[in-house]
Amino acid sequence: MGKKEVDKKEIDYDKVIIHLHNVTKHYEMGDNIVKAVDGISIDIKRGDFVAVMGPSGSGKSTSMNLIGSLDMPTQGHIFLDGEDISSLNESELAQIRGRNIGFIFQQFNLIPTLTVKENVVLPMTLQGISEWEREEKAEKILKRLDLLDRMDHYPNQISGGQQQRVAIARALANNPEVILADEPTGNLDTKTGLKVMDFLTELNKEGRTIVFVTHSPELARQYAHTIYWLKDGKIERITKERKKGFNWKGD
Amino acid sequence: MNYFILAYRNLKRKGLRSYLTLLGICIGILAVVALITLGSGLKLAVSSQFGVSSTELITVEASGGYMGPPGSEVINPLTQNDLEEIKKLSSVKMATGRVIESGKLEFNDIVIFGYASNIPDGEDRDFVYEQLEAKAVAGRLLDDGETGKVFLGYNFYVDKVGLEKKVVPGNKVILQGRTFEVVGILEKKGSFIYDNLVYMNEDDLQNLFNYGDTLNYIDVLPADKDDIEKTKEDIEKLLRRLRDVKVGGEDFTVSTPESSMAQVNSMLNAIQAFVIIIASISIFIGAIGIINTMGTSVLERKREIGIMKAIGAKNSQIFMQFFVESGFLGLIGGGIGVVFGIIIGYFGVLGINNFVGTDVQPKINFLLIFFSLLGSFIIGAAAGIFPAMKAAKQNPVEALRG
Repeated sequence: MGKKEVDKKEIDYDKVIIHLHNVTKHYEMGDNIVKAVDGISIDIKRGDFVAVMGPSGSGKSTSMNLIGSLDMPTQGHIFLDGEDISSLNESELAQIRGRNIGFIFQQFNLIPTLTVKENVVLPMTLQGISEWEREEKAEKILKRLDLLDRMDHYPNQISGGQQQRVAIARALANNPEVILADEPTGNLDTKTGLKVMDFLTELNKEGRTIVFVTHSPELARQYAHTIYWLKDGKIERITKERKKGFNWKGD
Repeated sequence: MNYFILAYRNLKRKGLRSYLTLLGICIGILAVVALITLGSGLKLAVSSQFGVSSTELITVEASGGYMGPPGSEVINPLTQNDLEEIKKLSSVKMATGRVIESGKLEFNDIVIFGYASNIPDGEDRDFVYEQLEAKAVAGRLLDDGETGKVFLGYNFYVDKVGLEKKVVPGNKVILQGRTFEVVGILEKKGSFIYDNLVYMNEDDLQNLFNYGDTLNYIDVLPADKDDIEKTKEDIEKLLRRLRDVKVGGEDFTVSTPESSMAQVNSMLNAIQAFVIIIASISIFIGAIGIINTMGTSVLERKREIGIMKAIGAKNSQIFMQFFVESGFLGLIGGGIGVVFGIIIGYFGVLGINNFVGTDVQPKINFLLIFFSLLGSFIIGAAAGIFPAMKAAKQNPVEALRG
């Protein structure tokens, strides 16, 4: 309890949206305990563009789930917008997640039985937004992502790049402050992948906080402002990137 | 977009396998709906098989005694003497002996097995006619002392007895090798028994079948309509003495309209109980089928549940999605059952009409349809509770891994 008090004093929540304090996540695998994340502390600042980097098995996906409050830590505390998520029940957490965080997955993870538009509408439905409002908002977002003519298609009727754009549209549905992207370009060709990253940059310039997981150092360096380098469930180092004048692949 | 649309979409992509599990609910609802739609038709069919018509007549018939080992009883028939003694009882207003004999009937060069019944002379004739509410739909009824003449049940008139030609007054039919003139047709009674009989005067029947002084039934009209039970007891007492049997060892049965109706009702109840048992078992199996289908569905859609949770679905919202979907699954099964149940009930009533010669209007009961559909939705939803809870409790991270 005392620790929590200290944290609240130390952290300036006007600047920090997500705070992981000394967080550990253990998984039981048979008789073994796997320390996927082993005592990390991360501050995600509002408006930052953050990359979580590391080889497979470094715990980056687990960190991502913890940052996105999809998972509860074994030890330590996670604060979302100043609130300790361990004090919330599953449903309260789901609601807060739905409002504040937009998820983008490597596998796109669209609902196959719903059309493009319905996929974008779904997060708003779950927040109880009126039908008229969500239809209007969905169309506005889809227009921005140049998907209006694919609105009534089902996910399996459109290309991978389009599917990822639908996923971005869905992530934006509730106008969240934070966008979490787990290897968003992993299933896309280079060109389409860069388009997705450019769009995330655009969202960042609007003031949204972007956190993405990647195993590509080039991608991390090109787009992120802050990079967390993970290894064996620990933060190896944190680097800051200066964007001005940075050149990648001769652009 | 809401739970109903989500449910509809998910049901649309379900395979044939899932729909086969609905067979149970389908059959259960079908049985119930068909039974209720048959309703009054079924009752009529059973009543007419028991020959129940009058509301005040007591019927006496011989039956096996309970003295010897099973199969060894010899039925001791009622006699003219029994009838005469019954007539003397003070609680009896009138009584008459009825004989029904079976024999060959020839007409239109076709031979069938038919049943012939006696019409006694004098005031007994009036009594029989009165009890039958006998009226001729064509020609006339018989009078005292007429020989070589018969009148026929309604089914002869509409060619429903297998003679391939309708019989009209003036025709001649051959009974047991002897020719009789048909003088009339009895109007439709709506009873399988009365509508198929050949009616002739007692002397003719006696000559034809030579049954001596035995009787099949004795019809008794009680002196006091409101105390049929007393008349019944008097007859029982009398017959025990005449036939020398003890209480509990009677070789005859005295049935009142009430006891006949009770018999009909117990028959109906047995049919209903049977159908309800079948329906319950089917619905139970159907519910287990839905639990299984929805359980599989939860596993198949684990990833989808993870996605839903990631984008903000509360546990209760996940629960509702599967719950409603399961209800719809039940509703589909029940809906198919209702359709076929009504078809079976409807044509069942028409079939009974055709068979028994009644005129019951098959009715479509919309309240029944509504409650059957509501019921099947509830059964489906209830079966979905456990799988839906399982879906709601999925850990989002594990679910997303698929």
